[in-house]
Amino acid sequence: MLESIQLSKSFGKLKVLKDMSVQMRAGQTISLIGPNGSGKTTFIKCLLGLVIPDSGSINLYGNNVLGGWDYRRYIGYMPQIGRYPDNIRIGQLFDMVQEIRRGTYQRTDDDLLRAFDLPKLAHKTMRTLSGGTRQKVSACLAFLFDPDVLILDEPTAGLDPVASEILKEKVLAEKAKGKLTLLTSHILSDLDELTTDVMYLMDGQLQFYQSIQALKEQTGEEKLHRAIANVMKQHPAA
Amino acid sequence: MKTPASSMSAALRLAAVADTPARATTVNPIGRIIKYVLFDILQNRIVIGYTLFLLAVSLGLFGLSDDPTKGLISLLNIVLIVTPLVSAVFATIHFYNSYEFIELLAAQPVRRGIIVWGQFLGLVLALETAVCVGIGIPVAIYSPSATGVVLLLAAAGLTVVFIALAMLASVCTRDKAKGIGLALLLWFYFTLLYDALVLFIMFSFADYPLEKATLVMAALNPIDLARVIVLLQMDISALMGYTGALFREWLGTGAGITTAIAILLLWATIPMLLAVRVFRKKDL
Repeated sequence: MLESIQLSKSFGKLKVLKDMSVQMRAGQTISLIGPNGSGKTTFIKCLLGLVIPDSGSINLYGNNVLGGWDYRRYIGYMPQIGRYPDNIRIGQLFDMVQEIRRGTYQRTDDDLLRAFDLPKLAHKTMRTLSGGTRQKVSACLAFLFDPDVLILDEPTAGLDPVASEILKEKVLAEKAKGKLTLLTSHILSDLDELTTDVMYLMDGQLQFYQSIQALKEQTGEEKLHRAIANVMKQHPAA
Repeated sequence: MKTPASSMSAALRLAAVADTPARATTVNPIGRIIKYVLFDILQNRIVIGYTLFLLAVSLGLFGLSDDPTKGLISLLNIVLIVTPLVSAVFATIHFYNSYEFIELLAAQPVRRGIIVWGQFLGLVLALETAVCVGIGIPVAIYSPSATGVVLLLAAAGLTVVFIALAMLASVCTRDKAKGIGLALLLWFYFTLLYDALVLFIMFSFADYPLEKATLVMAALNPIDLARVIVLLQMDISALMGYTGALFREWLGTGAGITTAIAILLLWATIPMLLAVRVFRKKDL
């Protein structure tokens, strides 16, 4: 469904991504993990076309979408730090995004909007929002247009446990509908119940990409974070 | 704008009529982007202040002397300094302040080029309105002549040119201070340094025929071009000395003005096309 082929990117001399080739299928919920500065966000931004890779290609539904723009209608993106115009109100922001995307979506999905009780805050300007509320807004925007692919960068960072739980349930519900979700996180246990596959990135290089099942069988560990710690010890690069 | 409460309920209503299929498959949301850029600009009062400032200066200068031509010349000198400066600085600051909006748009199914053009056109619309009101109204009252119209055109042209240059400066550097510095430098160069340079060249090569070279040198500076346009129309090109007389001699008033305006438009188009090119490949 979504694949990257030999994706490489460097900022100046620093090689941030090295020949990243992965295939992602519908119905998968993939955890992209790795230490700070390992290239997770850069990889995600390459998929979205926010960062232009030096070489390689990105395919969505078998079409090369590198340098394209229309394919973004199939992707919902929740950035690590949601930055929005200061003076805009939450209600206006949602109106604006809907207006700008008019004609590119089939339906809107406001489940999350309701679950987070955002309509009550519609009159608040973005400047006055707490970090957590901003994250909620970002999450709602990612799910708003019922996209086939969800890309969530550190989705639970800054969310309180209740909101975090709501978001997780939403991801599970979307997975049941056959969506592909790619999410990054540092906190492994947080994602235990969601994840079907784990992608481990280190210094811009893909260390492993395996299903949870395989990972658990291979290491004999039940807990995800233990399993990963185990694998990391086995991989010399990690 | 709609009240926030109805805004959100609009969002909810949209969600309720969920399964209406999308009508158009290709969208061209540039108009919608311009709308939000304008909405954002109107929220701070700088453009309104700029309009009032231009209005006060123009009315003041016309009021000072009985001869509207004198007023026009004084106004010309102000226009040549103020409109490029305000356009360049305001456009750069606005671009950096809209960075969040631009990032948000870049993650949507919107062409990168559309985003930059939307920003540019929104700025042009806002600042040209300020120019038309602030300079156009006094000119219409005191000096409703062809010269007045040409002065307005020159001011409008310089505004577009310096917004375009500011866009180029903004997309080329990520740092806000550097971007504003670059825009100021461009303004400083075209307002002061360039003339000094031209004088220096003419002084150094005074023994050689410099007619053609002077013409080219005037075309290489949008502010000089604007000055030439207005002075040609005023028929006092002798005031500008050599360059003006040459423009007249070579091109005549009508053709001279047309050529100069065409070159001025190139000064807006080329930086803007470059800005779009750079922005397309920019990592956000």
